[in-house]
Order: sequence, then C-alpha cells, then structure tokens
Amino acid sequence: MTLKHPSTGGLLILAVIIAILPSILPNNFYMDVAIRIGLNAIVCIGLNLLIGYAGQISLGHAGFVGLGAYGSAILTGEFGWPAIPAMLVTALFVALLAFVLARPVLRLKGHFLAMATLGMGIIISIVLNTEARWTGGPDGMAVQPMMFFEYMVFGEAVWYWIVGAALLIAVWLSLNLIDSPVGRALRAVHGSEVAAEVCGVNTTQYKVKVFVISAVFASVSGSMLAHYGAFVSPEDASFFRSIELVTMVVLGGMASTYGAVVGATILTILPQALARFEDLEHMVFGLILMLTMIFMPKGLVPTLSAKFRRSPVKVEAESEAQGGGAT
Amino acid sequence: MTAVLTVEGLTKEFGGVRAVDELGFTISEGAIFSIIGPNGAGKTTLFNLITGVYTPTEGRVFFGGEFIGGKTPYNLADMGLSRTFQNLQIFMNMTAVENVMVGLHRHLDKRIDHALFRIGGMARKEREAREKAAELMAFVGLGQYVNHDAASMSYGALKRLEIARALATGPRLLLLDEPAAGLNPSETGEIDELIRKVSESGVTVALVEHDMHLVMGISDHILVLDYGRKLTEGTAEHVRHDPEVIAAYLGSEAAAVKG
Amino acid sequence: MFSEFLQYLLSGITIGSTYGLVGLGFFIIYNASHVINFAQGEFVMIGGMGTVFMMQAGLPMPVAIIMAILLTIVIGMLLEKLAIEPSRKNASVVTLIIITIGASIFLRGLAQVVWDKDFHTMPAFSGEETIHILGAVIVPQNLWVLGGGGVIVLAIMYFFGRTALGKAMLATAYNPLAAQLVGINIRTTLLWSFGLSGLLGAIAGILVAPITFTSYDIGIMLGLKGFCAVILGGFSHGWAAIVGGIIVGVAESLGAGYISSEYKDAIAFIIILLVLFFMPDGLFGRRGTDRV
Repeated sequence: MTLKHPSTGGLLILAVIIAILPSILPNNFYMDVAIRIGLNAIVCIGLNLLIGYAGQISLGHAGFVGLGAYGSAILTGEFGWPAIPAMLVTALFVALLAFVLARPVLRLKGHFLAMATLGMGIIISIVLNTEARWTGGPDGMAVQPMMFFEYMVFGEAVWYWIVGAALLIAVWLSLNLIDSPVGRALRAVHGSEVAAEVCGVNTTQYKVKVFVISAVFASVSGSMLAHYGAFVSPEDASFFRSIELVTMVVLGGMASTYGAVVGATILTILPQALARFEDLEHMVFGLILMLTMIFMPKGLVPTLSAKFRRSPVKVEAESEAQGGGAT
Repeated sequence: MTAVLTVEGLTKEFGGVRAVDELGFTISEGAIFSIIGPNGAGKTTLFNLITGVYTPTEGRVFFGGEFIGGKTPYNLADMGLSRTFQNLQIFMNMTAVENVMVGLHRHLDKRIDHALFRIGGMARKEREAREKAAELMAFVGLGQYVNHDAASMSYGALKRLEIARALATGPRLLLLDEPAAGLNPSETGEIDELIRKVSESGVTVALVEHDMHLVMGISDHILVLDYGRKLTEGTAEHVRHDPEVIAAYLGSEAAAVKG
Repeated sequence: MFSEFLQYLLSGITIGSTYGLVGLGFFIIYNASHVINFAQGEFVMIGGMGTVFMMQAGLPMPVAIIMAILLTIVIGMLLEKLAIEPSRKNASVVTLIIITIGASIFLRGLAQVVWDKDFHTMPAFSGEETIHILGAVIVPQNLWVLGGGGVIVLAIMYFFGRTALGKAMLATAYNPLAAQLVGINIRTTLLWSFGLSGLLGAIAGILVAPITFTSYDIGIMLGLKGFCAVILGGFSHGWAAIVGGIIVGVAESLGAGYISSEYKDAIAFIIILLVLFFMPDGLFGRRGTDRV
C-alpha cells in the first residue's frame, strides 16, 4: 500500500501548468484572464462540494462572493483594517451567516431549495445595491490595494502567484475532504439520504457543514477579487453571476474537483472570446447549461475520463493490489 | 434470554388506514427473528417505525431496554441498530468499498479540520477503515468487488453489499428487509448462509422475507402479520401448524413446506 | 391618509394579479410534471416585448397581442419538446432545474439580441383617463388587469374541472403510470401544460406592460414573484395562486409605500423564504394531496 493520495498526480499537473503559464502568456491581458479563472475556480470548487458531491443546489452563491468582496472593501476602506485580517473576519462573518441560513434552507429539497437559495442571493444583491452609504450603491466602490506589512500587493504579475497558490490550496482541500469520512458522508447524502441516516450520518449537520464551507470558499475568492480589481460592484453578487458559477460547475462536471477548475477555465475565457458579441453572452451561457444537462449530464471531465481511459478507480485498485502483493 | 427489542402497542396510521395496528412483540438477544405476512401486512412499515424513519401514531419501542421514541435513524445507528432496505438504497455515486466505509462512519474521525488538512493521522485512519471495509466485503462474499463502482455491480451483489454496509455500523440488532427478494435459488442459498454467519458472529437478526423455505429453515422465532396485526408468533413448527396462519395466509405454500 | 392607503392597496392588487397569473403558470406545469419551470417569467417578458415589437412593425394592437400570445405558447411547447422531454425520464431534479434555468437565461439573451435592451412602454388598452375612487387614482388598465385575471381564473377552473385535457393533466400529475394505463398520452399532456403556461405568462405580460414598462430582463423578477404567489397559495388550488399573488402584490406595495421603496423587490423574497421555512404547504391546503 502506498501513502500516496490517489489524486496528488492531478495536483502536481495543475501546479506545473500554473508554474509555466506566465512564460507562455503574451501580456497582462491574458494574465488578467488567468487570474479571474483562478478566482472563479476557487468559488466553483466550493460550490461543487455542495452541488456535485452533496447534491444540494445553490442559485445564490454569487451573494457570498459579493459579501466577501464588500466585506474586505469596507473593512479596509472605511475602517482601515489590514487586508488579511479583513479577509478572515469577512470569511468568518459569511460562515456565520451561511450557518444561520443553512438549517432552514437545506431542509428544503429540489426546486424549493433552488428557489430559496436564489431568493437569498437576490436579497444580498438588493442590499448591496441599496445601502449606498456603505457600498456605493449600484455604482460600486473603490477598494484599497492589499498591503502586506509595508509591501503593496499590486499588479497582475504578483496577483497571479497569489491566486495560483490559493487555487492549489483550494483543490488540495477539496480532494482531502472528499476522501475523508466527512466527504463520504456528503456523497452519501447525495446517494440516498435515508441510507446515510441509517449508517449513522446526521444528514442535516453535513448539509450545513458543506454549505458553510462552500460559502467560505466564495467569500475568500470575493475578497481577493476585490483587492485585485481594486473595485467592487453589485454585479459581482448578481443573479446572473450565480448562474454563471453553476454553469461552470455543471459544464466541468459535477462531483469532480478538476471538473470545477475546467468549467471555470472554459467559461471565464468564453466571454472574453465573445467580447465583440457581448450581447450573445446570456444566450450562450443559457444554451451551454441546457445542452450540457441534456446531452452530457455528468459534465466534461467525468464524461471524458470515462471515455478515454478505464475507470481511474480500477487503475488505483491495481496499483494497490501490486503494493499489497509486495509486502 | 435478554430482550434486544421490545415493541408495545405500536400503531401507525396513514390517512386513517392502520398499516400497523397495536403490535407488540419481543426480540431476544442472539435470535434470528422473522416477520412474515402477505404483501401490505405492514412489515416494511414496522421496520421504518423501529428505525426512526417513520414516527409512530401510538405505542412504544425499547431497544436494549431504552425507550427510543423520537430518536433519529442516526441516533439509533449509534445505539447499535442497523438495517437494509427492500428497495436497494446503495450509494450509486461511490465505489463498493466506499459504501461500506460510510457504514463505518460512526467509528471514524469526523473532524472537519482533520478532513480538510488531512491531519491527525487521517491518511492512516483512512487506510485502516478501507481495510476494515474490505474485510467486511470479504465476509459477505464480495472480496473481488472492493474497488468496483457500485453502479457497475449486479443486483445480487448489491444486496450483499447493503448487508456489509449495515454490518459496518457494528449493530447489535440488524434488520434485513427482504434480503432474498429478486435472487435466484443459488443466490438465496448464499444469503441463507450469510445470515447464519452474521448470527453466529453475535448479531441479533430481524428478517422480513417472503421466501418461506428460507424463513422456515433459518428462524428461531417467527411473527406472522396480517393487516398490521399480529396473527400469531412462535417457532417455525408452531407457525407452520397454526390453522389460522394456514387459513389466512400460507395455504398451499405452508403445505408445500410441510411436505 | 386613507386615500394613500387605498392607493397602495389598489396598485398592489393590480400588480398582484399579474403575479398570480404567473403563479398559475407555475401551478399548471408543476401539477402536470412536478417540474418548477424557472423560465416562467420569460413567458411574461415574451408576451409583453412580443406585442411591443409587433406593434412597432405596424401590426394593429389586437393582432399583435394575439401573435405575441401564440409566439409564447409555441416557445413554451418547444421548451418542453426540446429540453424537458429528452431528459425527463432519468434526470434528477437538479438536472431539470438547471435545464429550465438555462432556458430562462437563453430566452432572455435571445430577446436581447432579437429585440433590444431598452425599456419599452405599451399603450393602454382603453385610454389613460384616470378614475377616482375615494381619493385614490387608477387607470383603466388596472381594471383590464383585474378583469383579465378573473376571467382567466374562471377559465382555468373550468378547464381542469370540466374538460378532458384538464382532467388528463391532473391525472398525469397524480399518477403518471396509472394515467398512461387508462389511455392518457402523457407526452401530449405535458406539452399542453407548457403551452397553457406560456399562454398565461404571455397574457400576464401583456396586461401589465402598459402599467409597468417591459424589457428583456423583467422575466426574472416577475417569475420569482409568481413563484412566491404559488408558494404562498400552495400547490393544491389554482385560485390559491391568484390569492397568493394578490397578497404578495399588496405586501410589496404597502412595504414600498410605508417602509422602503428600495427594498420593494426584497419583500417578495422574504415572503418566499418565510413561507418555505415555516409553512411549506402554503396558506391553502397540502402539497401532494387534493390537487384542485
């Protein structure tokens, strides 16, 4: 038997891609896209834990991104807090909010859960639009750059590495979680709630946990987005943003951490590619959502990995069997 | 013999219809206790009441001497009550061994920080859990399926996988809801053996089953239900010769078993 | 003081009736297929925008209205045929939700491309001359909305109570297999339920457009408020959706008047959340049993 985590190979490949990408990308415009991919991917990894693994939909996750962004913006701008404590306190606040909301919200199932989370997201976005004294209203607000002691974190070149590292950590955390008793409990909730309960899994508690975790991923990503972009607007928390995030998770592949990354990559690049046809963006996203669900409900990564190689689980089983034979 | 489970005056109504009607019985430690009765006699409802999936309209259930009204299924799992399902409730989104590992859940490290950062010996604990689960799979005769996706396994194998998962919780009492339904005679024979093995390992077994041959051969005690009420109970011998049972339910089947 | 209250009440009832009509659309599709159609609000938008643009193209108003309604019905049926039908069999609820969400975003994007992104106003059906009631002021269009809503509710009740297709829809919802056994064609039934839902959405959109403006993106809010209406009323009775809609409309109007107009849109969502959390079966009757 080997101590090696079954998915560390993927983590290594991702690290290599992140490491060599800056030397390939021709200019800061592309670096900017890469950073936004990373930030979206972090949200999607969290959202995928909720939707893909635990089977609980959220149509309001951009609300948590928005809260993360505004929390950092307000704490650093209005109160002069340093960026890192502001980010952490914001994440804590979002976690608490998610915790309080999760119990009633996650008692609902299916369509009703979808509507409740949607309503939740929209209320957050309405608050951000309305409380102009704090948020600058619909026009948004400028954000202080992130200060790390005396050093100002600024520019694509620096932010790229910060986001890259954060993405790797997010992937690592997600992979760890999935392959743990907690992660199996989440997947059990998706597989059969009644069977999970009979196995001793307190399903409500685990739904709450994963909801809080995914909200924290969103919040941290939002905080970084705010400092990186030096600006926040209610658009970051809008309903359409929530749908974009779900589309990324769904396209990349539900119940696949790398799928979330792939989905975020494709759908962050796509609007840039369509920039000249900005009006088509909604249409294309809607179409992708529908077509993926109709023709490839498992999403890109799981579908392709099933097609192009034998099940990865079996490969792992063989290596384990060999290890066992040697001892 | 001590009682593992005692049921008193248990009643469940669905919109005025009594699916279980003032039922009372006791399951003794170490027994193989079967519950039989025609379709709709309330057998699965009874299991759902005992395991906390349904709330009784009236009546009380004691497990190991403790009143268990209002306890959730996961509370009961912690107390040592586990079950399988008439309609398979396998986690199709996992491998076979992971299904059994969910059964081990209550014995495992559930701390979220340990899970996220893979600390606190998580890697080792996971490996041990996997080995334990693989052993249980071997115990139910699924040794070769350990790393298969549950979704790729046959119906008969999944039936046994559910038993392995239920055993993984470490039950004192295991409720099996039609473990032989849909199986061919040779598979049924294997299930028969497996139930005996489970019983010998010290687990009390309660069994709902339609296969009379299996029930008559294996049971220490049989409870016969009809329209949610107790028709009779006793040994296989007793039940087999009870005229009411023969008249109301068994009929030619009983004759066949007798012959 | 009282006249102000009455004013809020009347405009609340008017706008609430349109929420009710949208809610009725949710009700019909949910009862036929157990799908919540997130694109319901888009039907409302297509009804309003369709009429506006067909009138711009020179069609007389009544023709434009009929064409817009037909267009919406066709789109509703296409949605069922192309997106719901192929995946209904083995799709999870999450999958179906995402499909209708996708459809809603797609239709919105399509409207933005085919038509435009501006706000549009539609002429009232019968003039703008105001009517004074105890100090409150309404326009004739308010009466159109109320009257239209009432007529539709009666028609729907007749449809489900008396017609074969209506009864078939109810039977399909209650037990698809049994419905099939007695010879009901489930596919056709579902198709019509989407068509009917489109019809209701379009009518709501057309009735309300002269009062509130219309644009490509009004669907999401109207859809959600319609959902709020049907959730509040419960899924057992068609009329309950209308009552729910009127309650939502009045709450919103009073809230906007007396509390905060900025948070007007949030009121409906707070109602959704409260109802879902504390009263999941709605005000009238239980979900799942006793359907009409």
